[in-house]
Amino acid sequence: MSRIKNKFLELKQKNEKALIAYIMVGYPNEKSTISAIRGLVNGGADIIELGFPFSDPIADGPVIQNASNISLNNGIKIEKFFQIIKQIRKETDIPIVLMTYTNILYKIGYEKFMQKAKNAGIDGFILPDMSIEESKSYVNAARKSKLDTIFLISPNTSTERIKKILKVTSGFLYLVSMYGTTGMQTKIQKYTIDAIKKTKRVVNKKKPIGIGFGVNTPQDAKKFLSLGVDAVIVGSAFLRLIEKTSPKKIESKITTFTRSLKNTTR
Amino acid sequence: MKTRFPKQGKFGDYGGRYIPETLVPAIEELEENYLKFKDDKNFKKELEYYLKYYAGRPTPLYFAKNLTEKIGGAKIYLKREDLLHGGAHKINNTLGQVLLAKKMKKKRIIAETGAGQHGVATAMACSCLGIKSEVYMGYKDTIRQKLNVFRMNLLGSEVHSVKSGSQTLKDAINEAIRDWITNVDTTYYLLGSVVGPHPYPVMVRDFQSVIGEEVKKQMKKINNKTPDTVIACVGGGSNAIGTFYPFLDSSIEIIGVEAAGHGLKTNKHSATLSAGTKGVLHGMMTYLLQDNEGQIRETHSISAGLDYPGVGPEHSHLKDIGRVKYHSATDREVIDAFLLLTRTEGIIPALESAHAIAEVIKLAKKKPKSETIVVTLSGRGDKDVEVVEEYMKKHVKNKK
Repeated sequence: MSRIKNKFLELKQKNEKALIAYIMVGYPNEKSTISAIRGLVNGGADIIELGFPFSDPIADGPVIQNASNISLNNGIKIEKFFQIIKQIRKETDIPIVLMTYTNILYKIGYEKFMQKAKNAGIDGFILPDMSIEESKSYVNAARKSKLDTIFLISPNTSTERIKKILKVTSGFLYLVSMYGTTGMQTKIQKYTIDAIKKTKRVVNKKKPIGIGFGVNTPQDAKKFLSLGVDAVIVGSAFLRLIEKTSPKKIESKITTFTRSLKNTTR
Repeated sequence: MKTRFPKQGKFGDYGGRYIPETLVPAIEELEENYLKFKDDKNFKKELEYYLKYYAGRPTPLYFAKNLTEKIGGAKIYLKREDLLHGGAHKINNTLGQVLLAKKMKKKRIIAETGAGQHGVATAMACSCLGIKSEVYMGYKDTIRQKLNVFRMNLLGSEVHSVKSGSQTLKDAINEAIRDWITNVDTTYYLLGSVVGPHPYPVMVRDFQSVIGEEVKKQMKKINNKTPDTVIACVGGGSNAIGTFYPFLDSSIEIIGVEAAGHGLKTNKHSATLSAGTKGVLHGMMTYLLQDNEGQIRETHSISAGLDYPGVGPEHSHLKDIGRVKYHSATDREVIDAFLLLTRTEGIIPALESAHAIAEVIKLAKKKPKSETIVVTLSGRGDKDVEVVEEYMKKHVKNKK
């Protein structure tokens, strides 16, 4: 069974929801990435989503765009990324998901990329620009390497389409909470509440639902969880914290913030 | 003309739809409405009206006698898209899409622009048809094409200067897509070239095909033949596909000309088809200028309108099947072509279009006088005179 699936089952038995934490690899540098991951693990994150930078991140807001640029300017490469994962894997068994854009996988080749990812200890992928219509060879390659493909849906995704997306989604279903790019800070909209209700109805407990984009604080997390999602995904808020923290304090600050978020899931 | 509307927008492997899920309903709505209106009698009539009386179609097919004599070879004809309202072929597409946006009851139009020609054409069509427009433009391009920024402002369009990434056209597209994701319900995204997710490459091609259709008719009137060769410059590739499309089923020679910048062996060029590899960007699969890890490379061209690391997916397909040949011209060749056309014919071409002129200068002398070559002059060069002046100060000093 996949680490992700296992994690959700384990949490269910404990009557807990999942905290999924996102950071960008190589931001602001490799060393800080390792410190931040340790902080996430210590603070009780359930799944880690690692961003690998792409030069043209169309689904991302200013915070992740900036982190992508810095990471790329630091010269991050795929091999380096896999090395970092291997290093982390010596310390933790936490599920790790790679979030990046289609071209990064396509250029190397889906199958080759998946094998390397599996080998490094990655558990699944999130590609915000991968539509189901184009996903056949991507999904097949992932299945072959026993990796999860986490697809996104949006508040305006039709019931029919959610059903189609569910068929190719494994691990969990990623519900984008609002119209916009990552990291927006707004109140929870009525359409978001409606979207959660609709998604829950269609998914009918067959797969976990995680909500992301615009989850910034423990208060946000609490509200979303009270609406019945299975996981909250926090990204830009972690990057903002890393940005204003000196390298030495990253691990402890991240631990504290992660703990405050994790507490809302129990 | 039969319109090829490929299934799922695929040209061979190219094209398709690689987009964030939020955009899917908007793209489906667009496809549905485009299919509904493209053959609608009233829609076509309205578009024809604006193309004729507002934009100035048909544009002349001009026999460049002096240039032909100077080069000494095949007869050179210029398709004068530079004479259109706004000074470029871009208005063919913006009028079509703004009319469509109005049918779709959209309240706000966003667009990206490189050289500013599509931005200006958007601002004009929106002003004429009474709808609000905002244009994203790379910061670098707002500097080198500042005249066009002012024109857009005058026309009532708000220009957003994009400071992310390479601060050129690709980043303007990124930012426009982000805006669209955020305002997906109210906003129509008016893409300016044959790029992006399906149906844009097909729709923009159809709106631009008026160029090639007219060439066909006009050439027939002149010598009762089709041209032996057609040439157009390729950035995203909209004036090129508009010129080529009606001739694809024939056997005539078709040549697209990319921007070789400082040369294809350097990293400073925008010749995607000549030097690129397959990849996914801006919602489509196509040839891209990228490194071996899939990061998109920064590009260079003396013409802001060709400074783009991707290309329309139909061009990628036409290259692979060998129907169209894709050549390139360096900045230096382009400046020479710019000056030659200006001095022989009294026509100042856009630097983008000067790439096509550079190709015809090389090609015409190898062809017999009995042959005809049509070059699409996609835009006029008033916007470029400062860039040319600067280039000449730096490089052409000794020539005088």
